[in-house]
Amino acid sequence: MRTMDRQDKARAAKYLAEIRRLADQPLKIMEVCGTHTVAIAKNALRDVLPPQIRLISGPGCPVCVTDQSDIDRFLFLAAQPDIITATFGDMIRVPGTSKSLQALRSEGADIRVVYSTLDALALARKNPAKEVVFLGVGFETTAPTVAVSLQIARQENLKNFSVLVFHKLVPPALRALAEDPLLEVDAFLDPGHACAIIGIHPLEFMARQYGKPGVVTGFEALDILEAILMILRQRVQGRTEIEIQYKKVVKAEGNVQAQALITEVFAPADAFWRGLGCIPQSGLAIRPAYRSWDAAVKFNLPLFQSVAPQHCRCGDILKGRIRPGACSLFGSECTPLQPIGPCMVSSEGTCAAYYRYNIQ
Amino acid sequence: MEYITLAHGSGGRLSRHLIESLIAKHLGNPYLDQMNDAAILPSQHKIALTTDSFVISPLFFRGGDIGKLAVCGTVNDLTVSGAIPEYLTLALILEEGLAIADLERIIVSIAATARQARVRIVCGDTKVVERGNADKIYINTAGIGFLRTDVPVSPAQVKPGDVILINGTIGDHGIAVLADREGLEFETPVCSDCAPLNILVDQFFGPGVKCMRDPTRGGVGTILNEIARQADVGMILYEESLPVHPAVVGACDMLGLELLHLANEGKVLVIASPESADEILARMRGHELGRQAAKIGVVRAEDAGRVVMQTALSAKRIVGMLEGEHLPRIC
Repeated sequence: MRTMDRQDKARAAKYLAEIRRLADQPLKIMEVCGTHTVAIAKNALRDVLPPQIRLISGPGCPVCVTDQSDIDRFLFLAAQPDIITATFGDMIRVPGTSKSLQALRSEGADIRVVYSTLDALALARKNPAKEVVFLGVGFETTAPTVAVSLQIARQENLKNFSVLVFHKLVPPALRALAEDPLLEVDAFLDPGHACAIIGIHPLEFMARQYGKPGVVTGFEALDILEAILMILRQRVQGRTEIEIQYKKVVKAEGNVQAQALITEVFAPADAFWRGLGCIPQSGLAIRPAYRSWDAAVKFNLPLFQSVAPQHCRCGDILKGRIRPGACSLFGSECTPLQPIGPCMVSSEGTCAAYYRYNIQ
Repeated sequence: MEYITLAHGSGGRLSRHLIESLIAKHLGNPYLDQMNDAAILPSQHKIALTTDSFVISPLFFRGGDIGKLAVCGTVNDLTVSGAIPEYLTLALILEEGLAIADLERIIVSIAATARQARVRIVCGDTKVVERGNADKIYINTAGIGFLRTDVPVSPAQVKPGDVILINGTIGDHGIAVLADREGLEFETPVCSDCAPLNILVDQFFGPGVKCMRDPTRGGVGTILNEIARQADVGMILYEESLPVHPAVVGACDMLGLELLHLANEGKVLVIASPESADEILARMRGHELGRQAAKIGVVRAEDAGRVVMQTALSAKRIVGMLEGEHLPRIC
């Protein structure tokens, strides 16, 4: 498997040499996005970076930041008769207070893994006697496709399709992190996919207001090394900015069309994040024009007030306060096979990545 | 109350737990307890015996179908145990409503694959269940083969310094089945690698072959971990030397799948003595089922029980076993 050609390797060696030269004092960098967490682990970048550079995983896996009460809420709905729950695969094993979707499925609930919202729409057309509910879990990256599915459902007047939306927004979460007096992070690797949609302007307050530089980063080993180098150069040159490393995909203004789609269908709303609590205007709610396709309204879903499992420290891990290995459950009671917290379930969860690649 | 979930059938750790704690517990005997791909039975000729059930969805996929798979799966389990497959049984469980034409297509495929693999189907059984109680057709095959040598190939023979070889691209079957089931399109279509491996192993088998395994469910990563644990050795894989179809790598990135956990149905992992590895590799490459064969790693004493991957940047990471459900019903 050719992950790098000779030129790439030469560039990587050049980046690493310069990183080693510039990293004269400790630098803590948080990668916000779960895809970065996995890419760093998969490429074993910690193994080649100098010890001064510490990479800390942040709250960038949408499955992981879904609050326990919201998990119990969708499990409650999935257990109702004549409901087909359509979800991305990562949600299947997320443990609720009493069970997971996987356990519900083995008891007879109809739960389907889909790869796009269009698959969920197709399910609804094919099963007119059933209610198809799509679980909308994600950041700005996937919100436009959910918005499109709601538009199509409205155009077709597809009455048996609805979305239970738990979508979250990256900038308010970054603000909540920056406001945390216990945060020990000097700079951020910002999410390449989410920023492809929103651009970098919504993140610039992090540099201006909180003095935290950030680089929007791609997902190859070379991208991540270059981004780390860009952060180091900012420090050496005394700059504090939000820059784009992932230029082939991310534009400063983002994807204006996708932003319009999100705005057309969703309005910002307060949302609960695991570990971070309630963050004002950090989630998306379905606008009244689409409320017939809002599963929470349609099924008059009750709110749950669940508490996270005892001893589970996913919340501290999401904020970068502790490494997974510092949680007493990690690797013993909590494994990808029998996960207790969601960070161990999602393939992009910090605990799952650290467990899979055996990072201490 | 505990229930069977799909993860119990995934070939990963939970499957193993179910087999050890429930099936082997009640059915155990010296032959079953060997827990290899085939039981080695006493006879004038040493005999290898194995059985396998096939429940794949969809029944027909790019590069194969459930019938071809049912022959190859059993032939390959015998083959990697060091046996020459001779006889197969065939048991069919059919769902009421299955089209006769589809059944005929499957039987024809079974016959063609059996001819290719030079095995005979010597007995069989057919049952039909009510509509809704099965998914069109399930197949079980059992097979008998004669051992090539008195000493069966096994992890017990694996030593530091041995070389790890594979006969071609990794993960094609897992992605081909997923693509057909989910309607995913790739620029270059990926076909299942489903093939009878005995015709390839005939070309290179010799005293230098220490251990062979076919990395089906659980993939290359899980199987190598099993061997490393059984043999109490470490293994290092070189990421750059892994043979892969570019579309498979793309699909893994897109869907968050681990290449080394994807199923294969026409691949054999061979652990060979260092002095014979080059000869075996050359013979593999001389056969149509081994054109892209490669040395992918070596066995070593350090990190016993672990498989480590060395990346293009010479960084190292652990290769784990498949945990829980990966892709449902791929074989």
